[in-house]
Amino acid sequence: MTRPGYGYDPPSPDQVLENVLEDVLQFLTCRSDRNAASLVCKSWYQAEALTRSDLFIGNCYAVAPRRATDRFRRVRSVLLKGKPRFADFGLMPFNWGAHSTRWLAAFADAYPCLERIYLKRMSITDYDLGLIANSFSSLKELTLVCCEGFGTSGLAVIASKCRQLRVLDLFEDEVNHDEVDWISCFPETRTCLESLTFDCVEFPINFTALEKLLARSPNLKKLRLNRFVSIEQLHRLLVRAPQLTHLGTASFSPSEAGQPPEQELDYRAAFAACKSLVCLSGFREIAPEYLPAIYPVCANLTSLNFSYANINAEHLRSVICHCHKLQTLWVLDTVGDEGLQAAAATCKDLRELRLFPIEVREDTEGFVSEVGLLAVSEGCRKLRSILYFCQRMTNAAVIAMSKNCPDLVVFRLCIMGRHRPDHVTNEPMDEGFGAIVMNCKKLTRLAVSGLLTDKAFAYIGKYGKLVRTLSVAFAGDTDMALKYVLEGCPKLQKLEVRDSPFGDSVLRAGLHHFYNMRFVWMSACKLTFPACGEIAREMPHLVVEVFTVQEVPVEEEDEFVDTLYMYRSLEGPRNDAPEYVRIL
Amino acid sequence: MARSETYENDLHLEATELRLGLPGSSEPEKKSTTTNIIASNKRALPEMPEDSGSSTNNSNVSDARNEDGSPPSKAQIVGWPPIRSYRKNNLQPKKSEQADASGMYVKVSLDGAPYLRKIDLKVYQSYEELLQALQNMFKVCIGKYSERDGYNGSDYAPTYEDKEGDWMLVGDVPWEMFISSCKRLRIMKSSEAKGLGCA
Repeated sequence: MTRPGYGYDPPSPDQVLENVLEDVLQFLTCRSDRNAASLVCKSWYQAEALTRSDLFIGNCYAVAPRRATDRFRRVRSVLLKGKPRFADFGLMPFNWGAHSTRWLAAFADAYPCLERIYLKRMSITDYDLGLIANSFSSLKELTLVCCEGFGTSGLAVIASKCRQLRVLDLFEDEVNHDEVDWISCFPETRTCLESLTFDCVEFPINFTALEKLLARSPNLKKLRLNRFVSIEQLHRLLVRAPQLTHLGTASFSPSEAGQPPEQELDYRAAFAACKSLVCLSGFREIAPEYLPAIYPVCANLTSLNFSYANINAEHLRSVICHCHKLQTLWVLDTVGDEGLQAAAATCKDLRELRLFPIEVREDTEGFVSEVGLLAVSEGCRKLRSILYFCQRMTNAAVIAMSKNCPDLVVFRLCIMGRHRPDHVTNEPMDEGFGAIVMNCKKLTRLAVSGLLTDKAFAYIGKYGKLVRTLSVAFAGDTDMALKYVLEGCPKLQKLEVRDSPFGDSVLRAGLHHFYNMRFVWMSACKLTFPACGEIAREMPHLVVEVFTVQEVPVEEEDEFVDTLYMYRSLEGPRNDAPEYVRIL
Repeated sequence: MARSETYENDLHLEATELRLGLPGSSEPEKKSTTTNIIASNKRALPEMPEDSGSSTNNSNVSDARNEDGSPPSKAQIVGWPPIRSYRKNNLQPKKSEQADASGMYVKVSLDGAPYLRKIDLKVYQSYEELLQALQNMFKVCIGKYSERDGYNGSDYAPTYEDKEGDWMLVGDVPWEMFISSCKRLRIMKSSEAKGLGCA
């Protein structure tokens, strides 16, 4: 800040204002507040640009890297997202894009002191990891979520060169097995590691090296192991690291089947020594007889992830009855309605529930139903987020949840059988979802399923005023459904639709809104090639991509377009699309 | 009784109508819309049996019509239910408590060998892996399976006893069916196995 003094011209009022503004804006952390501030006037725009330290890019193709780095010059932390969510389910062709290199190169140029990198659904190669390791000597945190394209050789470079690294978190990435022992590549001296997550790595790691790494990482609080660590090995780690707050328990079974569980006392003691443990996950190949080992930590747990654990209601009950402070619970449907009832009875503070199916098919009996949902709604009144997979559901239960849990922000119900109605009344599920949008006034994210007519969408358009993300599959009767939504939901940012009978007129209906949205995905609907072309012509800042998942070139003579993926962009059509992706 | 009342008004033929639609999808317009969606979806197999021949390489066909004549279970659609492939691949549903705890051990005998062996069928993902393991275990040559000639051309042929007590040639049925019906294995000398080849 320029100080007035002898021989210096006093700063102009504008300059003072700008300096003050910068000082004040440092404290503004919320992204949307910053965006609003930057629109006030030019000096606010500049001040905001200079003080923004966290860069959020929701779509890596929405803006050119250079443009972002030219505007924001003092960034310490970047978050970059690539592919849309439906890519997770195999709906995107191979090599579609979201390559990290050009962004990382731009960051290397503009932000040599970058401290935090968070990438989600990006394609990132070992070369890219090398680029990170060589460009950012101050890097403190690297988090990769749902990424692919890299392997252990890339991890090895990061481990060895990023000496300030505190966080290396790999969540649900596809990691190639290059047979490089990356755990051994961390510096031999004390490390700064606070968090190490590698539960998605699908091959063994060097356990001895890991033990040694732990011994020289006194700040380590979060350790999430992969399933190639046995419970005996886990024990060895636990006794050396009782300060852990977050633990991914790896396989949670003995290395050789048939080991007598007399060692249970030992495990209990090891867990009991971990007085700060608040988050447990892993249990990848769980031997349920070892579950009592975690009883000592249950009272303090705020987060429990059993979503890979094939356990029944009784197993769950034995653990959850101690978990009074639990806020986040992820489970498999093998626990059944009974297991959910047990959770609902104890976890009065539950904020987030995710229930995954063990059999990912439409035509099974299923283990949970509306009974479990109802129990959760009655027991867990503070629920904010739910993801629930089931084979059958009723409107009554969903309506009850809408009334019992008014704080719901995220409601994602997946009735796995396509077009399945309320199994008691045989009615469509319109009323249930209608009640959710009507009664849950804070709702921002909604995923619908089951038999749904246009009426459900009329409700969403009428009441879903805060909805930002909407996922639709196998639903609706006519174009009116999406029209209700596009005209009624002013906050809609992300629309993902598959296998629903919506045609070209929905594209016209959304024209006024598409620039406000991050993206629209419509696959296996009734959109025609010419209509998509028209939209592309009328909206120059919309990139309109058309492709098929099978990587065959798009046939213009086809009756309907396979997949439409369109997003606003200041950059124009990208030049890294494979040949089977048509950009109109 | 309600039932007799309705019978006075309506024969309720729809209750007895045989359809391939979902229970509950009662309106005919609704049903045809559903069919259209599925027909225009290149990635899905239509439910109608006459179209079941046209498949894409992205969808898995579930088993054909069940033995009791009930409609075929729904074809698997790409990316549905929406679970990340990572999660799908890392869940191993228990077929039965016992099987999972102790594996699927079956006795294996080799003609001429003094004692039997036991192997855990669940360890293998395919016939190739199983045959490789058997060859390694017994140091014999089993060779490759052919539908027409069985294992002719090699010294030994692998056979198995199924749930019904019949001795079958290994390789004739799909792998999943094999491991659920195999009770024991016998590796026979090829000369004795000739009669077991497919007709």
